[in-house]
Amino acid sequence: MITVTDLRKVYQQGDRTVVALDGVSLHVDAGQIHGIIGHSGAGKSTLVRCLTLLDRPTSGSVAVNNQELANVSDSDLRTARRRIGMVFQHANLMDSRTTAQNVAFPLELIGTPKAKIAEKVNALLELVGLTQFADAYPAQLSGGQRQRVGIARALSSDPDVLLCDEPTSALDPKTTDEILELIKSVRDRLNLTVLIITHEMNVVKQACDSVSLLEAGRIVEHGAIATVVADPAGRLSQALLPMPGKLPVDLPAGVVLDLLYSGSQATEPVISSIARTFNVDVNVLAGSVETLGEHQFAHLRIQLPEGSDITAITNHLLANGVAVTPKEAK
Amino acid sequence: MDFFNDLVTNPGITKAMWPAFLETLQMTGISGFFTVLVGLPLGVLLLNTAKGGLTPIPWLNVVLSGIITNITRSIPFAILMLSLIPFATLLVGVSLGPVAASVSLTIGTIPFFARLVESALRDVSTGKIDAALVMGSTKMQVTRKVLVPEALPGIIAATTTTVVTLIGYSAMAGLVGGGGLGRLAYNYGFQRYDGTVMIVTIVIMVVLVQLVQILGDWLARLVDHR
Ligand SMILES: Nc1ncnc2c1ncn2[C@@H]1O[C@H](COP(=O)(O)OP(=O)(O)OP(=O)(O)O)[C@@H](O)[C@H]1O
Ligand SMILES: [Mg+2]
Repeated sequence: MITVTDLRKVYQQGDRTVVALDGVSLHVDAGQIHGIIGHSGAGKSTLVRCLTLLDRPTSGSVAVNNQELANVSDSDLRTARRRIGMVFQHANLMDSRTTAQNVAFPLELIGTPKAKIAEKVNALLELVGLTQFADAYPAQLSGGQRQRVGIARALSSDPDVLLCDEPTSALDPKTTDEILELIKSVRDRLNLTVLIITHEMNVVKQACDSVSLLEAGRIVEHGAIATVVADPAGRLSQALLPMPGKLPVDLPAGVVLDLLYSGSQATEPVISSIARTFNVDVNVLAGSVETLGEHQFAHLRIQLPEGSDITAITNHLLANGVAVTPKEAK
Repeated sequence: MDFFNDLVTNPGITKAMWPAFLETLQMTGISGFFTVLVGLPLGVLLLNTAKGGLTPIPWLNVVLSGIITNITRSIPFAILMLSLIPFATLLVGVSLGPVAASVSLTIGTIPFFARLVESALRDVSTGKIDAALVMGSTKMQVTRKVLVPEALPGIIAATTTTVVTLIGYSAMAGLVGGGGLGRLAYNYGFQRYDGTVMIVTIVIMVVLVQLVQILGDWLARLVDHR
């Protein structure tokens, strides 16, 4: 479990002040994977540096399992940091160390006995599927393998929270899938709380239970995936289930509606039910259907012929739990 | 045929060459050892006390940098050597010979080596240092377990360059009382117009430098896993 309360970070550059984090609050339950998504300059890197206390926050608190990290003394900080395992965009492995020696690094720091280190490193390498690469150097590994070493290393100090900073931004799509699956599987096994910082909506779609949208140092939207998707006006919803912004110019006359529905409704024949009940032809113009977490979500753009009873159809849809947004028809 | 005859009869080669060679090795060895011993920590200190370093101490950094820049840039090496003779006498009890010369050589070379070490250490990516800190390393652990091991190929290359430089400097030191091949070349080659001794000395120096370079490159490759 990780709780961030009113975190602020202000950089002073000469007489210019940059508010990089402007009161970020965040709570992630144990065992949850939470995504933090934001554009360039939103404050993602700053947030990571404050969470790991590489930079001291200007104010606010960071707590892991109710233990405060941000306001501890310098000497307690090192112990506190061990509660957060961190995975980096470029893995940041030590080139002079083999896979096994890299994973052993956090254990060496606290003087763990050699035999204990070997035992733990073997278990972790097995967990991430790199047993046969134990003696390879980072230069001999692929990007995906290096990231696996990074994950094993982050786990070796038995952290409560796994903090992943753009963990897949340097990887190809297939390797991205593998790394996200690995993160999910270690979460399941170790009941870790995971924070994934990313600029890729795909990562949120594939791996996250909940998500926050960071913008100019503030969290402007947040919630469980199912909740944020269900709000058709929300930016996260629009990003998760995108819809073309413009209507085609050669569209025949008619009424255009955007439908958003989720969960069990997505499996019900919404379209054909309108067609049957109101005896109209329904034309599907665009749409995206996605499985996010355990639920399926659909975002459809349909066109109804001119003269249809839009009010009745809209009410029928709303009654079935479908969010309806009328679009300006040409 | 004269030249080859001279090679085996010339006392400058048959008698004086070997001791001179040993003196050169002695000067290079002693000053090389102490240069690395002092220069390596000094290089670490230069990097870590700098702005944005692990433990920024601006005034110390300014003082160290100032001393180093002045020793390496402003004072010509020959003058530095001469000015350090009293200090060498104080330290080792004699003012002449390879051991006394090693004192000046060491002091003259430390700043040069420390700068090379600093720049090798600077090449270690901040990402690795951040990773080590996030894992709970002390600053000492970051230095010993990350900075130095990751920069080792560069540090070895710096040591090679320094030893090669020392071989050259030791020849100069020979002229101001250090002995060694430099002195030999001066005494025979310059003062007595003995071309054979001069040529042999040059060949030995070239071969010695080459050997050091080859050994250094080999060692650097051995520890470089990038
Ligand atoms: N050390 C610093 N000094 C001054 N300003 C800074 C510093 N670090 C970050 N900032 C400012 O804070 C803001 C947030 O930067 P940050 O690096 O956190 O963004 P980001 O979301 O990580 O962007 P990107 O995706 O491009 O990495 C920016 O306006 C940046 O200029
Ligand atoms: Mg960033």
